[in-house]
Amino acid sequence: MAGGGQTSGASQSDSFAPVRYWLLLPSWLTLLVLVLAPVSMMALYSFLTKEFRGGVVWDFTLAAYDQFFFDRGLFGDEPPKLQWTYIAIFWRSIWQAGLATLMSLLIGFPTAYFIATRPEKQRALWVFLITIPYWVNLLIRTVSMKFLLREQGPLNDFLLSTGLLSEPLAIVNTNFAVQLGLFYSYLPFMVLPIYAAVERYNFTLSEAAADLYATRWVILRRIILPSVKPGIIAGCILVFVPSLGSFLAPDLLGGAKNFMIGSLIEEQFKGNAGNWPFGAAASMILLTMVMLILMIFAHQQAKGGK
Amino acid sequence: MHLQPDRPIAVDIRDAVKTYGDFTALKHVSLSIQDNEFFTLLGPSGCGKTTLLRMIAGFEDVTAGEIMLFGQPIADLPPYQRPVNTVFQNYALFPHMSVLENVSFGLEMLGQSTAQARLRAGEVLEMVQLSQFAARKPAQLSGGQQQRVALARALAPQPKVLLLDEPLSALDLKLRKAMQLELKHLQRETGITFIFVTHDQEEALTMSDRIAVMSAGQVQQLGAARDIYERPINRFVADFIGDTNLIEVVVTRVENAQASCQMTGGHVLLCEAVDGVQAGARVHLSLRPERLFLTQAGAGPDGLRGRVRENIFIGTDITTIVALDQGPSFTIRASNSARGNARVFAPGTDVVINTEQGAGRLLVS
Repeated sequence: MAGGGQTSGASQSDSFAPVRYWLLLPSWLTLLVLVLAPVSMMALYSFLTKEFRGGVVWDFTLAAYDQFFFDRGLFGDEPPKLQWTYIAIFWRSIWQAGLATLMSLLIGFPTAYFIATRPEKQRALWVFLITIPYWVNLLIRTVSMKFLLREQGPLNDFLLSTGLLSEPLAIVNTNFAVQLGLFYSYLPFMVLPIYAAVERYNFTLSEAAADLYATRWVILRRIILPSVKPGIIAGCILVFVPSLGSFLAPDLLGGAKNFMIGSLIEEQFKGNAGNWPFGAAASMILLTMVMLILMIFAHQQAKGGK
Repeated sequence: MHLQPDRPIAVDIRDAVKTYGDFTALKHVSLSIQDNEFFTLLGPSGCGKTTLLRMIAGFEDVTAGEIMLFGQPIADLPPYQRPVNTVFQNYALFPHMSVLENVSFGLEMLGQSTAQARLRAGEVLEMVQLSQFAARKPAQLSGGQQQRVALARALAPQPKVLLLDEPLSALDLKLRKAMQLELKHLQRETGITFIFVTHDQEEALTMSDRIAVMSAGQVQQLGAARDIYERPINRFVADFIGDTNLIEVVVTRVENAQASCQMTGGHVLLCEAVDGVQAGARVHLSLRPERLFLTQAGAGPDGLRGRVRENIFIGTDITTIVALDQGPSFTIRASNSARGNARVFAPGTDVVINTEQGAGRLLVS
């Protein structure tokens, strides 16, 4: 892999070998209880029948998946047509999460590069400054963002007072507001892995490239970016995946028009109006999508590392 | 300064100064390096040699003074516009590129087509005998092979000047010696000016046409290898280049360009006088161990008397440490030959230290 740090293939002696499995037990138990069990339950529920006031009836059916993809008319007796409503929500979610990831990358990479090139003693402080806003609850941060961006908010007040605008910008309840919210929610997840990668980068490589007649732009594109690619991919995954399933930012900043898959799932489990099997099925589809994307990334990375 | 009049000046450093905050890394250094010369900057770590090299490459700006490349001032040019290439200490090969891609990188940056660049890169790889490794990644090569790739990468664009920053320091001794000769031959074949930075005096002596010995941000002495070894101008150079016995002497008389030097204990040695030496001066005398030989006390003419303390066998030579009756101990080296072995005596033997004609070198500073 780029950036060095290869470990030798030779086997290393493990002083914990005799008790290895006992020491791993807590991790395995946690994974079992908190990951495997809930996912299995969700998979199971997606194949059950919904009960009227939430909850499920133990009748095996594919109805939830059918409802997601097909339209069989009001009474369910027409021939199935592809149903675009949920697919469109899905597509919008991918689009929104993708743009939020792109924004995070465009802002996060220079930030990470900046921090990694500070004197060693200052770096911890910069990382600390980046994480400070994230000590505040996500809901509160998202609501404050709405206040900042709304028509009578500080941003518009400022822009109007400078005379740059004659009418306030309508940002809230647009796709852009959702992207901004997602970008802000997950920015540190982009900055930190890239920072770790750039910190390990051997800056002599940049000098070597400059010595071989490469301009700054070429050095960035052909030497630095390939070397820190693992950090960039990790950052993109860490921003994209939670953005895809997020419901706070779309709900608060996007309004009803800009529904995302996270909100759709959330609604299925809220109060008495929900449909648990349908929510579970949507979650399973989301999970499958995310897994597919991760596998493509992993495959790409393995190919680049060889 | 042994400049050859028929060759142009490749790199002219005029009164260069480099400061970092309060620290002065280079204090008014002036050097002229000729075209097609193997020039070495030699000195201990922190003497400013690498700083000077990085200033020529363009990685450090010049605080004051000027650097000319074939008559053109280059101080304001960024590294990528200077027709010089560098071999880095730890090679700095691009880890994500193959050997061939590494070597053709500079050529592509100069505007050659990929095919053209790869063709030329292949030729250079052949020159350093690495053709069969062209498709490998640097991490799959040994240290010596990586070193050759770094060399090939820097030579491929045919720079006017090649800068080498301690490129051999990571190699083991045997490989290092082989590479020293190879580098020297490569320099002759290509005709490119090499500026080589090292702290290893033996390496410098082996390869260089001329050497600048640096210390504390200044050039102490500039000259051909032999010159610097035989005629060091001060104590630092005499001590740094090779092994030597440095002793304090009093000049008793200067006559016919010969100085009589009296050592502690009264023994007098005749040496070539140097500028600034007058009768009565207290100066240092450098005596190279291989220019001294031992005879058993009483068996020959009288000289510096002492007693053998230890013999150290180092293969080609035998080093003897002799404690003087008065004064410091001396190191004497005899070659491991019939003649040399006849001049080695068992520890405890009383001996006289004899000096070959012209062995002593006076050092006024």
